[in-house]
Amino acid sequence: MTPAFLSVRDLHVSFRTEDGVVRAVDGLSFDLDQGKTLGIVGESGSGKSVTNLTILGLHNPLFTTVEGEIVLDGQELTTAHESELEKLRGNKVAMIFQDPLSALSPYYTVGRQIAEPYMKHTGASRKAAWKRAVEMLGKVGIPHPAERAKDYPHQFSGGMRQRAMIAMALICDPDLLIADEPTTALDVTVQAQILDLLKDLQREFGTAIIFITHDLGVIADMADDIMVMYAGGAIERGTVREVLRSPRHPYTWGLLNSMPRLDSDLSTPLSPVPGAPPSLLTPPPGCRFHPRCAFQDRVGGNRCVTERPLLAPDRASACHLTAQQKHTIFIDEIKPRLRHGQEDTA
Amino acid sequence: MTEDPVLPAPREATDEAAREPLLVVEGLTKHFPVKGGFPVRRTVGQVQAVDGIDLTVHVGESFGLVGESGCGKSTTGRLITRLIEPTAGTITYRGRDIGHASRKQLAPIRSEIQMIFQDPYSSLNPRQTVGKIVSGPMEINGIEPDGGREKRVRELLEIVGLNPEHYNRFPHEFSGGQRQRIGVARALALEPKLIVADEPVSALDVSIQAQVVNLLQKVQRELGIAFLFIAHDLAVVRHFSQRVAVMYLGKVIEVGDRDSIYTRPRHPYTHALLSAVPEVNVTDEDTGGRERIRLAGDVPSPINPPSGCRFRTRCWKARDRCAAEEPPLVQLSGNHDGHLTACHFPEDPTTAREEDIVLDPALAALEGESK
Amino acid sequence: MLRFLLRRSLGAVVILFLLSIVAFLLFFGMPRDPALLMCGKTCTPANLENLHHVLGLDKSIPEQYGIFLHNLVLGSDGFAQGPCPAPCFGYSYHTNEQVWGTLMDRLPITVSLTLGGAVCFLVIGLGTGLIAAWKRGTLVDKTFTAGAMVISSMQIYFLGPLALAVLVYQTHLFEKPAYHEFTADPATWFTGLIIPWVVLSTIFASQYTRMARSSMIEQLQEEHVRTARAKGMSRRYVFFRYAWRGSLIPIVTIFGIDLGSLLGGAIITEYTFGLPGLGRLAVESVFFSDLPLLLGVMLFSATMILLCNIVVDAAYAYIDPRVRLA
Repeated sequence: MTPAFLSVRDLHVSFRTEDGVVRAVDGLSFDLDQGKTLGIVGESGSGKSVTNLTILGLHNPLFTTVEGEIVLDGQELTTAHESELEKLRGNKVAMIFQDPLSALSPYYTVGRQIAEPYMKHTGASRKAAWKRAVEMLGKVGIPHPAERAKDYPHQFSGGMRQRAMIAMALICDPDLLIADEPTTALDVTVQAQILDLLKDLQREFGTAIIFITHDLGVIADMADDIMVMYAGGAIERGTVREVLRSPRHPYTWGLLNSMPRLDSDLSTPLSPVPGAPPSLLTPPPGCRFHPRCAFQDRVGGNRCVTERPLLAPDRASACHLTAQQKHTIFIDEIKPRLRHGQEDTA
Repeated sequence: MTEDPVLPAPREATDEAAREPLLVVEGLTKHFPVKGGFPVRRTVGQVQAVDGIDLTVHVGESFGLVGESGCGKSTTGRLITRLIEPTAGTITYRGRDIGHASRKQLAPIRSEIQMIFQDPYSSLNPRQTVGKIVSGPMEINGIEPDGGREKRVRELLEIVGLNPEHYNRFPHEFSGGQRQRIGVARALALEPKLIVADEPVSALDVSIQAQVVNLLQKVQRELGIAFLFIAHDLAVVRHFSQRVAVMYLGKVIEVGDRDSIYTRPRHPYTHALLSAVPEVNVTDEDTGGRERIRLAGDVPSPINPPSGCRFRTRCWKARDRCAAEEPPLVQLSGNHDGHLTACHFPEDPTTAREEDIVLDPALAALEGESK
Repeated sequence: MLRFLLRRSLGAVVILFLLSIVAFLLFFGMPRDPALLMCGKTCTPANLENLHHVLGLDKSIPEQYGIFLHNLVLGSDGFAQGPCPAPCFGYSYHTNEQVWGTLMDRLPITVSLTLGGAVCFLVIGLGTGLIAAWKRGTLVDKTFTAGAMVISSMQIYFLGPLALAVLVYQTHLFEKPAYHEFTADPATWFTGLIIPWVVLSTIFASQYTRMARSSMIEQLQEEHVRTARAKGMSRRYVFFRYAWRGSLIPIVTIFGIDLGSLLGGAIITEYTFGLPGLGRLAVESVFFSDLPLLLGVMLFSATMILLCNIVVDAAYAYIDPRVRLA
């Protein structure tokens, strides 16, 4: 078996704060193959964004401790020197962020900001880089790219700014694109355009994508594989089909049940996960989800409180329930609540 | 924190008692001036945030207002609560026009129309205790409920699923979802008849969002409070509202019962909006892929909106007539009662679309290449 | 841009006009009679009457103000001391010299002091601030931050005499501060002012250290700075191109205010080092109830501050394209 293109092993990231040490990521492992899309889903504070800043070494080294391994195409990144990381960033690995207005500098033209990484990584002249930037702007669907490249970000609309971000990220033809909630700040019709654009560009460039979002609908649309994160760790992983059609973790069940859908049954209320995510300053012992879990009494003994279930490579979910239990609970108790609403045929 | 109790069956929207209009909005318009020029600064343009909309909210009904950013839905909410004054049009609340009422005339009505805001962090004063925040509206209006304000606050905290013992705590001690509950308790303090909720769950995580939606639903049904529910999330609005209006660039372009709007949208924009929502297919059967309509570009500027039908610049059906003539909001043949659509060339309610509509030039080009 | 400058200049003229009225009225509110002061020990009622007439003090206040304004814009031949071309503030009661001429005599001193000081405090303040931000959290950062704190709590009237005592009188390393004309001999101009510059700049520099540090740190946490890092730009490039550009706005704002008020006269510094600049002139004019001089100095200082403000606003447009179009 060839090693994965990106392989993260037992990653721990913690921040020192005034209140104590926040364990933002705690024992995370995953793989990503070339040209594939991994969707990472989780709520705020689940550690999904931190993980991805750490891949590129963009965390603040003053307050952050990183342990574990991040291997990209055979290169270890957690111990890599800053100058080596700089060569990767924007070149082999690119990122796009949530809010394209604050993620683009207000002081420089869009064209310049797009051209910069191309000049840096290919050594192209200013003129050649500008030409390439205009070309990329056209590719992501900005009308009149040659004129619009001279505009500043505030002269662009929200959707156009995110397109410009994508042009900037793809200008050096990266092997991996990390997209951190790239459509959360956009309107739904614009989001649909951007998601389609990303999919089409991925097909053309053969880029692997890590797609971070809190929206399961977006993930279902974009990803090949899904990883669900909760309180700093992965709790479930599998193909989109596996995770969405036969989920195996109580938290995933909770997410699916609490999410209103356009086709959900309206006669029953949503079934939210009770409580709120734990503080990462003092995470609960054992399974991090147990204080909010309705199924812990079905696990023998006190294991949910004493022993932290881990997501091993051969297991799809980090839960102490047996495979059989997970299957029966999902079929008997969770799935009926996910049924479609009656189609109104009057 | 307590789990939400099981809800009673949803009240039928056709219930006769519930059809009594509570709030009637006619021709509501708000234009914000744009200043500029030399040497004297003057008004050089108008942001047509809301441009002549008609709405009716019935007693005890939950009315959803959806649309993308810049469509004027939040401005509408602020006009109805009279945080700002309309440029034109009337807002009739229980038979009285409050559109241009003075502060003094508004005072008794203010307590009946309450507001819940999007951001549970900035909408609560960090220096006040929960008790003080929730009893604030009673204090301002000089209301002394039986058994005192504190008792009432504790009751309210219990209704919204918070521990009444937390009376003396400060907002920062609560999570986002709990803060939104405090906001709900404050809105309930004066026993309002109408709550205007402006994106009340958008800032919350999915699992928490459902808690607050359920709470609002409970409040609406058990206390019979009417809601104007403003949100951009179509699935949440569908879940919460019995009737829905869709806004685009300051206009209501389609309004009707939930089922009519969501299953048989007639306006191309509503159709495109629904098809753009990314959905999770959680059932085993493959439904054969959803319809796909991809509009081009973003919403145009409300300073200089397109003539005629405002959606025509992004519409695949637009013809000359759409630029010349503004389509009226009317009941089209084939619509249910009360389902109004403003379109010259509405969608057919019966046939399914055969191919994708892709207006975005970049997408069309990329897909053309790969074929 | 031209429109913007025109509009701002018009606004400035209006402000100056209003200011002159206020100053005029305030002067007449003072309990002292300037004629009485000028009249000296051998004052008779007749002399006083005569002086009142010569100075125009027997006219009504609006009339006096009208004359003042007329002279300012058009000049005047009506003075006993001789003709007074525009801009004419009249003749000083105290020295009998033309106010505009006096102002122009003192101006080079103030300008030299201000510009030299500004260069010093910008270089020192921004330099230390940027180094502290670059090396955030290290010993260097802490030293600079603490140093800025200590120095900012000092005052010129403490540091000035101290510097004089140590550097001039005890060690004789430097000359005693004095003003020599730049055009006559740049070297003596420089050596004569170096101590005032350094003393003046230490007080201001500490403020710039703290401001440059904090706004750089703030800017470095901006998302667009993170984006620039994520696309592979080096730490130095991001620091000087992205973060620095964003930090410029608050720095330019404060610099505009400081420069304006310094050009209006650095009173304490001028007194400490015995330099006869505009600041001293202002104090003297108040002391002698010298109405023409007082108005002249006041309006001149105000013009400097307003000018600096306009320049700062124009600089904003240069720094931030969002301002350009608004």
